[in-house]
Amino acid sequence: MSDERTKALFGPHSRRSILKGLGAAAVGITLTGRKHSAWAADEEKKLNFYNWDTYIGETTLEDFAEASGIDVNMSLFATNDELFAKLRAGNPGYDVIVPGSEFVQRMIEAKLLEPLDHSKIPNIKNIAPEFMEDAPFDPGRKYSLPYTWLVIGIGYRKSKVDGVPDSWKYLFDSDKYAGKITVMSDASELFRNCFKYLGGSLNDASPELLKKAEAMLIKQKPHIKAFHEDNGQDLLLSGEVDLAMEYNGDIAQIMTEDDDIDFVVPKEGAMKQQDTLAIPKGAPHPENAHKFINFIFEPEVGAEISSTILYPSPNAAAVKLMPADYRDNKVIFPPADVMAKCEWPNYLGPEFSRMLDEAMTRLRAA
Amino acid sequence: MASQKKERRLAFLATALPPIAWVVAFFLAPLAIVWAYSFGQNVSLTEVDISGTFANYARALQPLYLGIFAKSIFVAGITTLLCLIIGFPVALSIVFASERWRAWILLLIMLPFWTNLLIRTYALIAVLRTQGYVNFTLEWFWDQGSWLMTLVGLEPLGDFTPLQLLYNNFAVVFGLVYVHLPFMVLPLYAALDRLDKSLIEASLDLGAGHIRTLFLIVVPLALPGIISGIIITFVPALGAYLTPDLLGGPDSQMIANVIERQFKKANDWPFGAALSFLLMYATFAAIALRVYFTRGKSTDAGHGI
Repeated sequence: MSDERTKALFGPHSRRSILKGLGAAAVGITLTGRKHSAWAADEEKKLNFYNWDTYIGETTLEDFAEASGIDVNMSLFATNDELFAKLRAGNPGYDVIVPGSEFVQRMIEAKLLEPLDHSKIPNIKNIAPEFMEDAPFDPGRKYSLPYTWLVIGIGYRKSKVDGVPDSWKYLFDSDKYAGKITVMSDASELFRNCFKYLGGSLNDASPELLKKAEAMLIKQKPHIKAFHEDNGQDLLLSGEVDLAMEYNGDIAQIMTEDDDIDFVVPKEGAMKQQDTLAIPKGAPHPENAHKFINFIFEPEVGAEISSTILYPSPNAAAVKLMPADYRDNKVIFPPADVMAKCEWPNYLGPEFSRMLDEAMTRLRAA
Repeated sequence: MASQKKERRLAFLATALPPIAWVVAFFLAPLAIVWAYSFGQNVSLTEVDISGTFANYARALQPLYLGIFAKSIFVAGITTLLCLIIGFPVALSIVFASERWRAWILLLIMLPFWTNLLIRTYALIAVLRTQGYVNFTLEWFWDQGSWLMTLVGLEPLGDFTPLQLLYNNFAVVFGLVYVHLPFMVLPLYAALDRLDKSLIEASLDLGAGHIRTLFLIVVPLALPGIISGIIITFVPALGAYLTPDLLGGPDSQMIANVIERQFKKANDWPFGAALSFLLMYATFAAIALRVYFTRGKSTDAGHGI
């Protein structure tokens, strides 16, 4: 028992959980902002990598240093918003960043990204073709390459629910599991998945749909235990809730600790996301950055990363090297028929962002 | 005479300049920038045009946001009141403790400051949650009680239902009191320690009871310390955002959570700046109130004599 408790508190936290809170305390691991070197062709053997927590293979950085002689200095961020806020005032010295797909679009619009030189990344051939083609947030993948992808769904405790809770209804529109559910506190993730439940598209920026979703959630609010800051898997693991709106990778990680937990993508479809590798404007070591990105797409390197972080990988050559319990894992790779109903979120513009935030404020204040 | 005066002024300048420069460079200048932002509007994802508009303040004064301000003031007020009720006896007991004990108790009060706020908050989660230490303890007693009942031939107690201590407003106030208690105890202790104890003896000698002495002698004399304690507890509690974020339930949103969202998720710095400044005006009002109170007291005392 006590063992379980310690695990719940200090066990492996996903990139989206504990650092999120630490972000409040402005935790940054060392960062030496280096200015452009005058001899760009002959860059110093350094690279500043800005990544999520627990989002790289155990030996990836050492392996890269060994292969290329380039030392990687990794610092961590906890939310896309934090990444954006840091870069909006000017790149403090990062070479490679890992923005989510919606933010890729935002950053392209804000001219914060450097175009990638695909000729310097031959390992692009290892990426599954659909990820190169289906990328409305970055047509032609000029600025970003897929690092991992993820999908939002419902993580649940098998012994406490009837059958498989395969609909958003149980989280958004029902008192069946009153007091035992938690949903995300991010306005975009929460409301736009409600759009899917209400039969719309999550890229529909209509105020009417938003109003409908808001009314539904205000009605649902008394049954919601907490709006979680991306630590839904902790609430589920510690028994605080029985159903949690969460990313598949986060649930896959805790399923290795507790076999009473499972995950389902609701039948109405859901938001899928991609975390990408990109080079921010003003990166001090762009050559090294291209080398690093190319290295990540080596099959063995990709497999090393996937076996550590358990997120679905778009690197087809790497997935082939993975054991069957990863490749055939229904949580990491949900069935194709339900995935077909999932959508990448577009950036819907500042006006809609503001409406989303106000809806969230009203919901929380209601 | 004149040269002495001049020398003194030089000495004053030499010592005062560095702190003044520090305050200007690292407090007033950034504050001025945020203040300027509050009169701006977003022109692109990364640029703010300072156009002198009052639209952000107009938006911030809508009932929705005023309601959240009111709620935050209420939560901070309750927190401050609880800190005062708990902190006053603690401060009194430190004052009357023996020299050796006093150092230890003060150390215990300060100890939490040496731990990061986030760690302390996560620790509280482990204590308060359904599968937490409070509920484990209660369950143990419940089970023992149940066992005793069966022992004397009665029906055992039913199943133990864990208390819902986390993810609600209770948890927020509990967390805030826990974090802010030292802010209240230390100024109270400082005020009570300076208090002339012979006045208490005199009051007791002249027939007043302990309670009466406390409220008629100790409290009025310690009033400046009480007011300081209230201010330095209330102000940070009003701006708390980590505690409601981590311990709060669906409706535990405080104004600082809304402000944080403007600078991050909503990417609306001008509006966030306007909300921040409204919060700051509220703080200034609290401090002005303090000045008003203490001034009134000192002139009253003067009249009394």
